[in-house]
Amino acid sequence: MNLEFLIPLLAAAVQSGTPILYATLGEIFTEKSGILNLGVEGIMMVGALAAFVSAKFFGSPILAFLIGGCAGAFLAGIHGLVCLDFQGNQVVSGLALTILGVGLANYLGTPFIGQAAPGFSPMPLPVLSKIPILGPVFFDHDPLVYTAYLIPPAIWAFFRYTRWGMGMRAVGEYPRAASAAGLRATGYRWAGVLVGGYLVGFGGAYLSLAYTHLWTNGLSAGRGWIAIALVIFAFWHPGRAVIGAYLFGGVMALQLRLQASGTHIPSSLLLMLPYALTVIVLVLSSWKRQGTEVPSALGINIEPSE
Amino acid sequence: MRRAMFFWVFICVFAWGVALAADTPMKVGFVYVSPIGDAGWSYAHDQGRLGIEAMDGVTTSFVEDVPEGPDSERVMLNMARKNYTLIFATSYGYMDPMLKVAKQFPDIVFMHCSGFKTAKNMGNYFGRMYQARYLSGMVAGAMTKSKILGYVAAFPIPEVIRGINAFALGAQSVNSDVKVRVVWTKTWYDPATEKEAAKSLLDVGADVIAQHQDSPAPQEAAQEKGVYSVGYNSDMSKFAPKSHLCAPIWNWSSFYKEMVEKVRQGTWKSESIWYGLEYGIVDITPMGSMVPEAVQKRVLAKKAEIASGKAKVFVGPIKDQSGKLRIAKGAAADDQELLGMTWFVEGVAGTTQ
Repeated sequence: MNLEFLIPLLAAAVQSGTPILYATLGEIFTEKSGILNLGVEGIMMVGALAAFVSAKFFGSPILAFLIGGCAGAFLAGIHGLVCLDFQGNQVVSGLALTILGVGLANYLGTPFIGQAAPGFSPMPLPVLSKIPILGPVFFDHDPLVYTAYLIPPAIWAFFRYTRWGMGMRAVGEYPRAASAAGLRATGYRWAGVLVGGYLVGFGGAYLSLAYTHLWTNGLSAGRGWIAIALVIFAFWHPGRAVIGAYLFGGVMALQLRLQASGTHIPSSLLLMLPYALTVIVLVLSSWKRQGTEVPSALGINIEPSE
Repeated sequence: MRRAMFFWVFICVFAWGVALAADTPMKVGFVYVSPIGDAGWSYAHDQGRLGIEAMDGVTTSFVEDVPEGPDSERVMLNMARKNYTLIFATSYGYMDPMLKVAKQFPDIVFMHCSGFKTAKNMGNYFGRMYQARYLSGMVAGAMTKSKILGYVAAFPIPEVIRGINAFALGAQSVNSDVKVRVVWTKTWYDPATEKEAAKSLLDVGADVIAQHQDSPAPQEAAQEKGVYSVGYNSDMSKFAPKSHLCAPIWNWSSFYKEMVEKVRQGTWKSESIWYGLEYGIVDITPMGSMVPEAVQKRVLAKKAEIASGKAKVFVGPIKDQSGKLRIAKGAAADDQELLGMTWFVEGVAGTTQ
C-alpha cells in the first residue's frame, strides 16, 4: 500500500463518511435528550428530496441545504408529536417514521428522477489543501464536508459548557429530577428532536447536493441505519462519531478500490466488509463499557404529570 | 316467425359485438422494474411504448418501479384480467411470474425481455447489446491515453460479462495493449455507489469510464475529473457534455411496433428473438465532437460490417484472463456460448465472481 493508493482512499473515506456523520450527530443530539428516533433513514430521504427539489427551483445550493435540514426537522417533529404530546411508543413511532419518510420521498420524488440540479462542487481550501497528505485528505472537498468538521466540537461544547446543554443531558438522564429542578423537560426534548432532525436532514441533503447531483428512489440506501448503529459505537460522543463515520466510509471506499486495483478477492465478499465491520466494532466496543454511557432515560416517555 | 325473429336478434347482437370488438382499441401493457424517468433501462423501453401509443387503434399503459417477484405477478395478473391483448415485461426477474400468469390466460400474448423461458403464448426477446458495446469500446480505445479503461458494472451475470468482453475486444482492436478494469457495484441503480466506483477507477489511472449501470452518476464522476466517458441505455450526454464520447443504446420502438402488428394480424408465434445492429434494436449514439473524424469513420464502417453480418464480435482466437484459448482461431462463438459467458477475455482486470 503506497501513498498514491492511500491518499485518494482516505479522501474518499472522508467524503463518503460525511452524510453518515451528519446523521449520526443528529441522532446523538436527539438521544442525549432521551428520545430514541429510529426514523433516521426516512428523515434522510425526505431531507435529500427537499434539498434536491429546492436546488432545482431556487438555484441556490446553500438555501437548498438549509431547506433539506428544515424538511428533516419537520419529519422529526411528527416523531416529537407522537412521543411527547401523545405518549406514543418511541420505537414504533420511529420505525413508522422510516417507512413514512422513505415512501413519501419515493412517491413525491418520482417526477424528479434523472433530472439535474445545481449542487456543491469541490472547493479546495487555500493554504490548508497544500499541506502534504492531510491537505488532499481533509481540505480538498466540497464546502459541506468542511461544515461537518465544525459540528462535532460545537455539539461537544454545547453539552459540556452551556446551561441548555447540561439541562438537556439532565432531561435525558433523569427527567423527573430535571423537572423538580425547574427545567421544562418536554421543551428540552422537543429541542433535541427538532435540532437532531435538522442535522439528519443535512445528511440526506448532502447525498443529493454534493455526493451526487441526482435524485433517485432509495438514495440513502441504508445509510440511516448505519448512523443509528454508529451512535452506539460512538458512546453518544460526537468525537467518536467522527471516527466511526469516516471508518465506515473508508471501508466502503476501500472495497471498490480493491476491486479497481485488480484484486482477486470475490467482490461479494468485499461488499460485505462495511457491514461486517459494523457488527464487529459494535461487539468489541460494548465489551467492557456495557451500557454505562447510555442516557438513562433513553426511550422512556415523560409522564404527563412531570 | 318467432324463430326467425330470434335469428335476427341473434345476428344483430352478434354483429354489434363484432363491431364493438373491432372498435375497441388493442390494449398493450408494460411492466417496468425502475422508474421511467431515469434515462436508463426503463426509460428506453418507455420510449418504445410511446412509439406504439402513436399507432392507430392501440392504447398502452405501464406500471413502473415494480419489484421482481410476487409483486410483479400481481401487476401482470391485474393487466390480464383487464383484457389486455399484449403484455411486455422488461426485467429478467419477471420471467417466472409471467410464465405463471401466461398459463392462466392462454388468449393473451406475453412477451418477456432478457429471459429464456417460453410458453405457447409467451415469447422472449432481447437485443445483442454486445455489438454496440464493441463499437463503444473502439471509441474508448482510440481516445484513451493511459491505456486503462474503467468499467462500472452491476452484477457478474453473462449479459454484463459479455458486454465487458465486447467492450474490451473493441478497444483492443484499435489499441492492442489497452486494459479494462472492472468494479462490481452489485446494484443496477445506486448513484452514490456508482459514482464512488467510478472514482475508484479514476484513481487507478482509468481515463475513460464506461458503465453497465442505469444511473448517469459514473458520467458525472468522469466529467468532474476531466476525462472521457461512455454512457449506456440512452444518450447520457446531457449529464456530462464534455466527457460523453458515445453510448450504446436501446431502440425498442420499431420492435414493439412489429410485435403489435403481428399480434393484430394473428401472425404472432412464440419464439426467442435476439436482434442486433442489423435490426437497429441496439445502436450507438452519434459520437461527441471530441472524437476525431477518422475514428468516427472507422467505427461506423465496423458498424455497417457487423450489421450486414460480414463481421462478428466474438471471433477467435480469443483467450481468457488466464491465457487459455477459449474461442479457436477463425471460429465464431455461437449463441449458446454467448448466453452462458462467465469468463473475461485477456486484458480485463477483475474477477467474474
